[in-house]
Amino acid sequence: MPFEWFVALRYLRDGKGQSALILAAISVGIAVVVFLSALIDGLQVSLIDKTLGSQAHVTLRLPRETPRALVSASPERAIANQVQVAAQRLRSIDQWPTVIAEVERMPGVTAVSPLVSGAAFAIRADAKTPIVVSGVDPERFLSIIDLRARLVLGHFDVSGSNVAIGSALASYLGVTIGDKFRVTSSEGIEDTVVVAGVFSLGNKAIDETWLFASLRHAQSLYALPGGVTAIDLKVADVFAAERIAIAIQSRTGLRAESWMARNSELLAGLSAQSGSKSLIEFFVVLAVALGIASVLIVSVVQKSRQIGILRAVGTSSGRILAVFLIQGGVLGLVGAFLGCGLGAILAKLFEGMAREPGGAPRFPVALTPTLFASATALATGIGLLAAVIPARRAARMDPATAIRSF
Amino acid sequence: MSDEPLLSVVGVSKEFGARVKTVALAAADLSLERGEFVALVGPSGSGKSTLLNLIGLLDRPTTGHIALAGQDTSGLDDTALTALRGRMLGFVFQFHHLLPAFTALENVMLPEWGDVGFASKELRTRAESLLRSVGLADRMNYRVSDLSGGQQQRVAIARALARNPPLVLADEPTGNLDTESSHEIFRLMRRFNVEAHTTFLVVTHDPRISEQCDRIVEIIDGRIHSDRRLRAALTR
Repeated sequence: MPFEWFVALRYLRDGKGQSALILAAISVGIAVVVFLSALIDGLQVSLIDKTLGSQAHVTLRLPRETPRALVSASPERAIANQVQVAAQRLRSIDQWPTVIAEVERMPGVTAVSPLVSGAAFAIRADAKTPIVVSGVDPERFLSIIDLRARLVLGHFDVSGSNVAIGSALASYLGVTIGDKFRVTSSEGIEDTVVVAGVFSLGNKAIDETWLFASLRHAQSLYALPGGVTAIDLKVADVFAAERIAIAIQSRTGLRAESWMARNSELLAGLSAQSGSKSLIEFFVVLAVALGIASVLIVSVVQKSRQIGILRAVGTSSGRILAVFLIQGGVLGLVGAFLGCGLGAILAKLFEGMAREPGGAPRFPVALTPTLFASATALATGIGLLAAVIPARRAARMDPATAIRSF
Repeated sequence: MSDEPLLSVVGVSKEFGARVKTVALAAADLSLERGEFVALVGPSGSGKSTLLNLIGLLDRPTTGHIALAGQDTSGLDDTALTALRGRMLGFVFQFHHLLPAFTALENVMLPEWGDVGFASKELRTRAESLLRSVGLADRMNYRVSDLSGGQQQRVAIARALARNPPLVLADEPTGNLDTESSHEIFRLMRRFNVEAHTTFLVVTHDPRISEQCDRIVEIIDGRIHSDRRLRAALTR
């Protein structure tokens, strides 16, 4: 065994009580880091999953219509004008099959779905309620939002005049599978639809108003034969959505809105949460580092005579430095293993304690290999770093003073 | 074997203190031939330890030069001094100064181990045979803290000799031992002096020890007061 390792491990073994105490401190510190990260990461992943369960990552729409000035301003000519904001019409995206083909080729985009979307009224007997109609190509749409998993009745079947509606809408209209009701679109076109599926996305506003029909069905409701009003996208990395949206916008000239732009408050909340997590972890890690450093400094003082002897009999100061650095690193590494185990147990216990009625954990924790690897690397690094001052002190020790015998 | 002295101390002085200077050693000259067994005597505070520290390359002289086997040590940096110390010098301290966390065998192996980095099989064999020759065959794997004072001092001698250094410096090696153990330790050192041709410089207060050396150097008040030869070195 190399000299430095032999001496370092022997010193750690020899000072059992000290080593055990500081290992306990490191373990608890790392356990807090692991537990906190697992909990907050898990919470964030589940929040984002819930948010993205009912919306596309990126939605492309036509740019808003803006009035164009007939004369333009120049250095010699100023224009005093009053701009009246244009009213928006329902229009189709030009050449949308080409746009879809182009967007599908972009890296990071995993699914593309065209849709016709507009406002309407659902009418049955005396019940009359505003709804949002979305005409979709079922296969493409389901790869964006998997509505099949959210169905409470029937199937996701939008062929012919079949539609899928939200559960709150179904109960408001008093309809179930096979029942019919009338829909009057904002273009004044009326049609009768048959309920084939009822879904619940867990969001009241959506469950009260959404209706899915086939693309062609919606095209006829809005007098847009062959047209689409929006294109939904799914991307591989949800946090790349904004970047991809910007790229698509500049390439196609369409208005691209990512879920990140739509949910900026959620994201701000999540990032504040991550920030406070990092802050807590920083102070925990700092306390651990100070603990390791103080134990090693005491150890150097206690062993100053032994260090002097080693130096006197021919051990270089570099090796003495290594002996104490190794002690710090080993303490950090072993403490990390114990702390990861402890943190994982804590997180699992916590997850098991709070459950939703269905049995799913209310606070799902994310215990990933990356988390364990980074916690281990962190603790080992901290151990090494904390050992630098004591190790340098040991290495600089003057053998004659340390021995004080000659 | 070359004719130059193993150790040559020329005009070496040592002062302590920045403002109030204390002269611990004044213009000392000393030369040791290979194979000599020399006693360094003198009252407490006379400068014996200072001289031994300087010869042991644990401290640097204020003035003068110290040469080991003809190599002047004044210009060497810390790393070079450490290496030279490991190669040329063995130490036996008054309070044995073994490492309590390690076994007798490990203590004997540590000097070379700490210099080379790895413990070779050959080093282990050599350390074992040294411990056998100091009579500790059955105590090799004991922690040194579990050994008696005399046994610990024998481990210290084995450690000093582990790298077969030409010069061993011993600071009151028998200072804490009973008469029986003291004589045994002296006989051991003498045996290595004769058999391995190792030069010994031994600080002692015990006249029964110093009278058995080849030569007695006496220091009083930081000056070498006398240098008496009692007999020719036994190794010649």
